[in-house]
Amino acid sequence: MGFENLFLGFQVALQPYNLFLAVVGITLGTIIGVLPGLGGANGVAILLPLTFSMPPTSAIILLTSIYWGALFGGAITSILFNIPGEPWSVATTFDGFPMAKRGEGGQALTAAFTSSFVGALFSVILITFFAPILAEIALKFGPPEFFAIQLLTFSSFIGLGGGNPLKSLVSILLGFILASVGLDIVTGALRLTFGLTDLMKGFDFIIAVIGLFGIGEILLTMEEGLSFKGTVAKMNPKVVWETWKILPRYYRTFIRGSFIGFWMGFKPGGATPASFMSYAFAKRFSKHPERFGKGELEGVVAPETAAHAAGGASLLPMITLGIPGSPTAAVMLGGLIIWGLQPGPMLFKEKPEFVWGLIASMYTGNVIGVIMVLLFVPLFASILRIPFAILTPLIIAICAVGAYSVHSSMLDVWYMLIFGVIGYVFKKLDYPLAPLVLALVLGDLAENALRQSLIMSQGSLLIFFNRPISGVISAVAVFFFILPVITPWWRRLRARVYPSPVV
Amino acid sequence: MRAADLTTAAVLAAVGVLVLWDALRLGIGWSTDGPKSGFFPFWLAVVLLACCLGITAQALRRAGGVPFVARQAIGPVLKVLWPATAAVLLMQFVGLYVASTLYMGFYMRWIGRHSWPAVVGMSVGFSVVTFLLFEKWFLVPMPKGPVETWFGY
Repeated sequence: MGFENLFLGFQVALQPYNLFLAVVGITLGTIIGVLPGLGGANGVAILLPLTFSMPPTSAIILLTSIYWGALFGGAITSILFNIPGEPWSVATTFDGFPMAKRGEGGQALTAAFTSSFVGALFSVILITFFAPILAEIALKFGPPEFFAIQLLTFSSFIGLGGGNPLKSLVSILLGFILASVGLDIVTGALRLTFGLTDLMKGFDFIIAVIGLFGIGEILLTMEEGLSFKGTVAKMNPKVVWETWKILPRYYRTFIRGSFIGFWMGFKPGGATPASFMSYAFAKRFSKHPERFGKGELEGVVAPETAAHAAGGASLLPMITLGIPGSPTAAVMLGGLIIWGLQPGPMLFKEKPEFVWGLIASMYTGNVIGVIMVLLFVPLFASILRIPFAILTPLIIAICAVGAYSVHSSMLDVWYMLIFGVIGYVFKKLDYPLAPLVLALVLGDLAENALRQSLIMSQGSLLIFFNRPISGVISAVAVFFFILPVITPWWRRLRARVYPSPVV
Repeated sequence: MRAADLTTAAVLAAVGVLVLWDALRLGIGWSTDGPKSGFFPFWLAVVLLACCLGITAQALRRAGGVPFVARQAIGPVLKVLWPATAAVLLMQFVGLYVASTLYMGFYMRWIGRHSWPAVVGMSVGFSVVTFLLFEKWFLVPMPKGPVETWFGY
């Protein structure tokens, strides 16, 4: 059914110009992933203005390639330098870094890249099959369903995100408040501008991403003290080949990691728990659990497979529902709007060459990515040997360039600095940043969906519960919202009914 | 850490009050065409204030002690922050290219104590590459000052 569409997509993705952009994107993305303070979200945000003059399909191919590259780059720093570039790379350091210290960095990197490739490929195959079906269902959605999905998106940060639920909620609310600054497009009223014309334009989430993730991360890294005492990996075809001969032994870990990753990943904030869960499962089912944490190859395979399966899966809600599953997907969604496309299920009908070009480019991007990182690991790793007195001002200057170029506005550069300080303080106090960014992106959409639903029901909130689809989604969302409240009660109740044996 | 937690909660609560005040001005009720402009912000602010109260209560119950930033760690952070702020300020007058050249050069020389040739090469090189990439290739203009005018841009 979808094969002719996928074929159409490959015709787009395999055009020489688009293949060239994929190579450029993977290279830039891997560099961005290796550099401290420039993760996937931020790298995509900084480079977004450069895509304004490109055809949308080429632009999205460039941005997704940066995304895959950043995911690969994260593995390099985790294994060679024990620095997880992203939260979902933390589990990779457990066994990756001990292996690198033992001189098996090449094996660890080969395993990590291969697992990433397998995980991402698994997700992309599932996306190929599920995306059209999901889009077809989503076409029937009305405002209540969309608002219910938004609720579910944000509730999963509170119920599944770990951390302090109150602080997660504050981040979400702050994002929504920032989104509502400026002109209210429904009534034409000015909100939260307090008579200042500069506030009329509101806050752009791209600036927020660059500030919160870029500048904030740099400040945090400076505080912890930059010390890149890394190890060197021997990478040659023989090491790669020898590792590939061992890897099929872990096929169970690959399958488990892929499923965990996909299942957790299409909900927001899922990549990090997915990587830990996959690691824990691999350890539990291993014949040698005592080897985990000391440099076991399987301990690299498990989290990397899951994290990349999740990374791929987070693009599924973006292309089908117009709701991003991660901050990086959120920035890409912002790009879609800037390129003049309406994100959501209609894209499959109106712009099939765009959607299928994007899906096909996920295949080509990952194939190109795994080949490139395997070939050029030493080159990418050497970036971290650049003295930090050069890296720090370089990254800040790049952030400033990116922030300015979005709207050619000097004020945005100031906002970037302010968001940087906010990001630093929030990160230190455990306020999560991803929900803030998602709320800032989705603010207007969520508010409009809520308003339209309330108009439909003449003010009754029951509309979210008495329509079948939105009812189920809202119920799950409410469950996630109250999960942090009921978990301690449930534990206490269980402790009373089944008193735990004295250890 | 506790003091920082309390301060942040207080600042966020102040934001909440501000939003609440503006929402009440806009009207939080129902008009002929649906909820008024202040409806959504009003409820955001109410829940935000409740959360701030909760966070304050949590922080008060916890013992203080761990400082927000260690005394020796605040130095490097400020050393990044104030030159960056100065560079952004400078950008308004001399444009992005000159400001970022000066900023990079200053930081490399001051913190990294790199040799002058390296400092000049890196900082000027960055601006030239950015200029070619943005102004020439992708046609995205950056703020410019007298120096660029002197070169004829």
